[in-house]
Amino acid sequence: MSKLHSSRTRIKTSWDTKAFNVMGYTIVTIFALACVIPFILVLTGSFTSEKWILTHGYSLILRPENFSLEGYATIFRSPEKILNAYAVTTFVTVVGTVLSILLVTMTGYVLSRPSFPWRNGISFYFFFTTLFSGGLVPYYLLCTQYLNFKNHLYALIIPGLFSVWNMIIAKSFMKGIPNELVESAKIDGAGDLRIYFQIMMPLCKPMIATLALFTALGYWNDWYNCMLFISDDTKYNLQYTLQNMLRSAEFITKIAQEQGRTVASVPSESMKLAMTVVAIGPIVALYPFLQKFFVKGITIGSVKG
Amino acid sequence: MRMRNKQQTQLTKAPRGQTLLRNVKKNRTMLWMLVIPVTMCFIFCYIPMPGVIIAFKKYDYMKGIFGSEWNGFDNFRYLLMSKKLWTLTRNTLLYNIVFIITGTIFQVGLAVILNEMLHLKFKKISQSLMFLPHFISWVVVATIMLNIFGDHGVLNQVLNKLGLESVSIYAYENASKWPIVMVLLKIWKGAGYGSVVYLAAIVGISPEINEAAKIDGANIWQRIWYVTLPSLKPTIIIMTLLSIGGIFRGDFGMFYQLVKGQHLMASSDVLDTYIYRTMMSTSNMGWSAAAGLYQSVLCFITINIVNFVVKKVDPDYALY
Repeated sequence: MSKLHSSRTRIKTSWDTKAFNVMGYTIVTIFALACVIPFILVLTGSFTSEKWILTHGYSLILRPENFSLEGYATIFRSPEKILNAYAVTTFVTVVGTVLSILLVTMTGYVLSRPSFPWRNGISFYFFFTTLFSGGLVPYYLLCTQYLNFKNHLYALIIPGLFSVWNMIIAKSFMKGIPNELVESAKIDGAGDLRIYFQIMMPLCKPMIATLALFTALGYWNDWYNCMLFISDDTKYNLQYTLQNMLRSAEFITKIAQEQGRTVASVPSESMKLAMTVVAIGPIVALYPFLQKFFVKGITIGSVKG
Repeated sequence: MRMRNKQQTQLTKAPRGQTLLRNVKKNRTMLWMLVIPVTMCFIFCYIPMPGVIIAFKKYDYMKGIFGSEWNGFDNFRYLLMSKKLWTLTRNTLLYNIVFIITGTIFQVGLAVILNEMLHLKFKKISQSLMFLPHFISWVVVATIMLNIFGDHGVLNQVLNKLGLESVSIYAYENASKWPIVMVLLKIWKGAGYGSVVYLAAIVGISPEINEAAKIDGANIWQRIWYVTLPSLKPTIIIMTLLSIGGIFRGDFGMFYQLVKGQHLMASSDVLDTYIYRTMMSTSNMGWSAAAGLYQSVLCFITINIVNFVVKKVDPDYALY
């Protein structure tokens, strides 16, 4: 703070500082624009008519002559698909995040207790899985042939449920909370469950908020598990629906058939963009409110304990 | 003396079984709390581990993992003979090395610049904007790519307006340019997010040091070079080490979503994409499992070497 203050009150800035500022502001401006312009392009593109995109290309500014809602109209003409995907993604995100936070913080709580005799052994038991894994093939065979993951919604929830890294973050955060609090509660007769729910959880709110946000983001953006385990298209999630739309011409043919029109008349470009907007909409809309948690969260995560 | 010692050990030994029992009883709630995570970890992480034997088998769906016939090192031999292993390892390794270097430079650079910014509103807004790409999946990045670099994309539009020929980066003759595209996208997606970690570390530097440097007549460049960067060194080292631990793991999402078409494979196929593709498309699970085991072992070795070195140099930074 003092540094900030002193350089502000300084009357003369040397030319070095000026040069640095010019360079710094330019780089940051360019990079920030590079980060945001693609999003604006997607948004305006989704409102542009197909014809305009094919003849003039995308444009940053919407004008009356290129404005059109046909992209959205196409995806919402047969809305079951998209509503389904939304329902799947929302369900998976909510249930997955709640369960994941419970499991992760519970484990973190137990392993952060100095009185728990097996904390080192069990910590290593979890940590080892980040060092060595059996690889994709055995995992895939286990999930599909023995655990019946194919076409079940829990296949989208279970794989992301327990993250060792999140557990380590939870553990090191809880280690920072004075043990005397727990001890005194114990003397007052509280059991471990009660201590966990009524003392630890409220004290860990900032950590829980950030972990929850990261977990939710992971579930929302997941397409990998859907690709591995789901082949029934009523159980596709949002990202996977989008991926299918981008990857396969089949998808467009299907839409054309469903809506009783020719393939050529489907506004495929603006439809793809409309679908992208639909898929990232909630994140971008919530982003300004959530951002401070994310910034905090990264710093929590970077503290090693 | 010896007798007493013996007696003592016997005394402490005798109740050991009881101690365990008492401990279990005392901590039963906590043990219950661990049941689900421990079981899950066992099922999803430990049970697949013996499954690596598929790498040494000719896998047959009908016979299952244990019923399939052994074929020794045939799967590995195939991967070696077809030169797949070499290409994949080279690609994975080179991409990750370049990602780590460019990523670190960009993230540290941005953090240093942001730290010197006095216009707080500008700083906050630009930081928010730079964060945005981190929140979207590679699927969405793929749409954006098509938007900008596709045949009707913004790039071609601009080129056409300037009277230049249009470029199609998805075309065969441009396959060699893909590594550059990948690196740029990786920077784009990760720089804003990564810079926060370094910015937090810079904020932790005590302002007196900078103040003293200023009074001694150091200009802004000298302050960055002699004060800020050296004090960032520990953070840079630990972040780099963490990434080196995963240097044989390609970013599956990125490579899978962005790369479309067989002709781009040579320059952008990594171990992870090969493992997935082989598992899904060929009837030979063995090849995929062999590549997977190879990758797991490489990762295990590198992370242990890294940890060993770190422990030697500075035990505080060791992972375990």
